[in-house]
Amino acid sequence: MATELNAVRVQSEDFSVPDEYAQIAGDNSNGAVVTFVGKVRDFNDGSAVTDLTLEHYPGMTEAVLNQLALEARERWPLNNVSIIHRVGTMALGEQIVFIGVTSAHRKAAFAACEFLIDFLKTRAPFWKLEAGDKGANWVEAKDADDQAAKMWEKQ
Amino acid sequence: MINVLFFAQVRELLGQSTLAVAASESTVTAEGLRAQLAATDDKWAKVLAADKLLVAVNQTISSWDTPVEDGDEVAFFPPVTGG
Repeated sequence: MATELNAVRVQSEDFSVPDEYAQIAGDNSNGAVVTFVGKVRDFNDGSAVTDLTLEHYPGMTEAVLNQLALEARERWPLNNVSIIHRVGTMALGEQIVFIGVTSAHRKAAFAACEFLIDFLKTRAPFWKLEAGDKGANWVEAKDADDQAAKMWEKQ
Repeated sequence: MINVLFFAQVRELLGQSTLAVAASESTVTAEGLRAQLAATDDKWAKVLAADKLLVAVNQTISSWDTPVEDGDEVAFFPPVTGG
């Protein structure tokens, strides 16, 4: 059995999905590979968005993401977990976040990937400053994101 | 000293990202430290109003009654919006 990979990266530069996929998917024990990519969207709450600036809390961010990866491993039999989050300014359409999870079977990989992005959104110290046709605005936290994370507590 | 950090709109509205605060009887909890900083003036009181403000003590999101000691790192910030 291959060594488990646990990768957490916070970086300003873009990432390559094929490269990240290759990093986690290689071993033949990985029957299922699930990846999620979050991108800069054109509209938020009805106003046009031109770019996004991500601020974070260096040190705490990495600690929280590593903790989330650990919690996912406690819940599901996972092989590799990779979490990449960009910081700094990103243009419309650019990639913000990558989550990649591998497991022997699909159910664990799907569930763990969703769990990781749901908790990343509510627990990892990142903040979005959106620039657009109405100036620059800090994005407000959404109740729907809190509810998505709470869903996992009931299971 | 307590190493205080501010992030996102809290940092922007206060116009600073760090502050060293001398530990005292009024800063023995996260809430005590928040209240002392909020007493600075009207602007600080508004920005550091407890509703929707989060606190992390030594890089862990914490409840307001969490103890704070000399040498700790305490960060104040709004609800997170990454992903």
